Amino acid sequence: MLSRVADSCYWLSRYIERAETNARLLNVNMNLMLDLEDADKDSVRQHWQPVLASLEDQELFSTLYDHIDAESVMEFMTFEKKNPNSIISSISAARENARTVREQISSEMWEHLNKLYLYLRTEHARSDYRQTPHDFYRSIIDGSHLFQGITDATMTHGEGWDFLQAGKYLERADSTSRVLDVKYHILLPRGESVGGNVDLTQWMAVLKSCSALEAYLKIRIGHVTAWDVAEFLILHPTFPRSIRFSVDHMDRAIRRIAGSSASGFPCEAERLSGLLRASVDYATIESVFEVGLHQYLDRTQLRLIEIAATLSKTYCEWLDETASAA
Amino acid sequence: MSAGEVPAFLRNWQFDLALGRAVGTFPAYMQGMFTDYEVGGFFDEMFDSAGKVRPHYAKLLERFSDMEPAELERKNALAASSYLSQGITFTVYSGDEGTERIFPFDLIPRIVAAKEWEHVERGLVQRLTALNMFLHDVYHDQRIVKEGIVPDYIVNGAKHFRPEFMGFDVPKDIYIHVCGTDLIRDDKGNYLVLEDNGRCPSGVSYLLENRQAMKRVFPGLFAKHGVRPVDRYPQELLAVLRHIAPNDNPDPTVAVLTPGIYNSAYFEHSFLAREMGIEIVTGADLVVQNQRVYMKTTKGLKQVDVIYRRIDDDFLDPLVFRKDSVLGVPGLVEAYRAGNVALANSIGTGVADDKATYYYVPAMIKFYLGEEPILPNVQTFLSAVESDRKYILENMENLVVKSANESGGYGMLIGPHATKEQVEKFRQAVIADPRGYVAQPVISLSRSPSFCEGNIEGRHIDLRPYVLCGEKISIVPGGLTRVAMKKGSLVVNSSQGGGSKDTWVLDEEDEPSVAEPSQSQTQSSSSTLA
Repeated sequence: MLSRVADSCYWLSRYIERAETNARLLNVNMNLMLDLEDADKDSVRQHWQPVLASLEDQELFSTLYDHIDAESVMEFMTFEKKNPNSIISSISAARENARTVREQISSEMWEHLNKLYLYLRTEHARSDYRQTPHDFYRSIIDGSHLFQGITDATMTHGEGWDFLQAGKYLERADSTSRVLDVKYHILLPRGESVGGNVDLTQWMAVLKSCSALEAYLKIRIGHVTAWDVAEFLILHPTFPRSIRFSVDHMDRAIRRIAGSSASGFPCEAERLSGLLRASVDYATIESVFEVGLHQYLDRTQLRLIEIAATLSKTYCEWLDETASAA
Repeated sequence: MSAGEVPAFLRNWQFDLALGRAVGTFPAYMQGMFTDYEVGGFFDEMFDSAGKVRPHYAKLLERFSDMEPAELERKNALAASSYLSQGITFTVYSGDEGTERIFPFDLIPRIVAAKEWEHVERGLVQRLTALNMFLHDVYHDQRIVKEGIVPDYIVNGAKHFRPEFMGFDVPKDIYIHVCGTDLIRDDKGNYLVLEDNGRCPSGVSYLLENRQAMKRVFPGLFAKHGVRPVDRYPQELLAVLRHIAPNDNPDPTVAVLTPGIYNSAYFEHSFLAREMGIEIVTGADLVVQNQRVYMKTTKGLKQVDVIYRRIDDDFLDPLVFRKDSVLGVPGLVEAYRAGNVALANSIGTGVADDKATYYYVPAMIKFYLGEEPILPNVQTFLSAVESDRKYILENMENLVVKSANESGGYGMLIGPHATKEQVEKFRQAVIADPRGYVAQPVISLSRSPSFCEGNIEGRHIDLRPYVLCGEKISIVPGGLTRVAMKKGSLVVNSSQGGGSKDTWVLDEEDEPSVAEPSQSQTQSSSSTLA
């Protein structure tokens, strides 16, 4: 497979996953806002600031908007073209990548993504967003799910597919770690205790942001505690958005790409990914909190960045070469 | 026609009480949505001058007559939205953002009768055979120049002549593998060659997509009509490409070379690669080592044997041609010369699709094949020839003057529609560079009923068949029919607001007998001054 194609497949699915995460995060936080009693400017800011912080987009945001409120954060993360991580930028980038590999992916995948892109650029999308934001975000999430389903069912599960999987799960592991990290940035309102009502609502929101509340409740009947939520989202072996699950599937895709046996690690990306997988496999929630939740998540994100860079270096080294020559 | 006389096209009409409208008896006349249709003094593909439907269009007329404008509008919208969602678009740049537009598509197909097609096909095969022999000749002995058939300055002075390739043998002696020859029909229905596109002709993807769209929008039409299929084009193209593989490699790696996603024909490049099941590459994906061309893959370098390049000569290799080109591959030409990679089309074919060379194609056919041309040229005046130049300068207001090296409707003067200043500008240009210009009379291109702005009206059309040359010369039945969507316009280029329509060639057995248009072989009677 051409290196350029591999690179595009990988980024294509990262961008779609990113748009989906944004949609879910915004949807949940918007709903949560509706529960806020007597929301004043401060509490609104306190509500949205952590979302921006977790995405590390605060700096750009502040150059574009005066203050943090629901409208500006939602606009920034949904339709702002100057924000490379907004939903519209992510879908556009995904589509641009898909366009360069159209002959490699199935027509069904391309057409679906193209329609989603065209929809987002219409006035129709704008009005859906204004009038029924919940449905609007649902349609983005559904659009991403549909894309995964179409991909699964129509594309050969070969190297291109493996790059798509590697990108998707790497982005997802990163997203879940960031969503969980939102909680770190939340300052509890004065007078509110850890484990109190507000705290509980916030942890539930974290779960919802990963579409994990229902799955979680089936396992920890009724108990929503910081400890348990973190354990679930980091370590659960079979929930498809947990870090452990995502890292596991990313690792499998990377191994398939390398095509090496179970025992050796001839390629550096494979070694790093295996290392992360093993460390998540053997982690306990106690060990995570010992390091500190935020620190643990931060470290995980750094390791993912390192894996991404090594993947690119191993399989797409030419592309850097071209870039530096240009 | 005197007062009180029934017009010809109404004579065979009856009024059907049950239907509440007039119906034609066979032979059918304009009816239903066609009632107000005007042939307008042009050769019309569907109706003769009396308004009688041509036999091979009879079934289509029947089907369309039952339709309401609203139904056509609906089908039109359906086709457009399917083109948009499939991304069958070209990009128009305005401001900082590109807008993607679909290539306008007209719902009423153009139908070519089997006999008519047979004639066209024979003519095209003859023409491409001669062009390939010409190219071989000009890059070797230049017999045609030595024997005084084509002047030296036409060949050796052509902008796209590549003296670097004198004496070079291209694989299997094929220069033009894909030729897009533009044909028009004059006011008598004769097919004439307007030009040969022998470098990187585009548009074949629209031919194929138009057929898909028609099938989607009018599923019932095809079964009844016996339309010859076109979908084997990509496979035939692949066979052509495999045929020229170096060292007769039985399993060559073939790739399409594109300038990239910002090129207006990118859709087509990617479409063809997908349909052939081969890689599409940009210059940056390729590297030359030891005079071999390799693709950069995740598993290392992989050798490429044949390249279907959709990049002009000038941009192929910055070491040989334009130094500033970032689209090409440094070293590609060296690899080509070493015989380690084959290119389609070959380098230097531009000398054959030069508009001044075109003037000599009929002579070429006689010279190489000893035959009369089956498809005549449009009457052409070459400003390099003194008597012709005199005629051009005296009649500029009535002529279409074309720069010999431009394409896509650029560098062109349409005399009758031009301002005094424009005419003067071209006059000076012709005087300054006689080699650089040709002129043709304004041909009243044939018209075809087209659905425009809620009505069916006649619009001027041309036809670009795609001629493939590999082991033998083959042509998918039909071609891309381009339509000048603007009323009265003669310009069909997509870059100038043209559209296209599906082109049907009928199976012989399904076809009613058809009166052949006069197939005059002489230039003077087959074209008209407007």
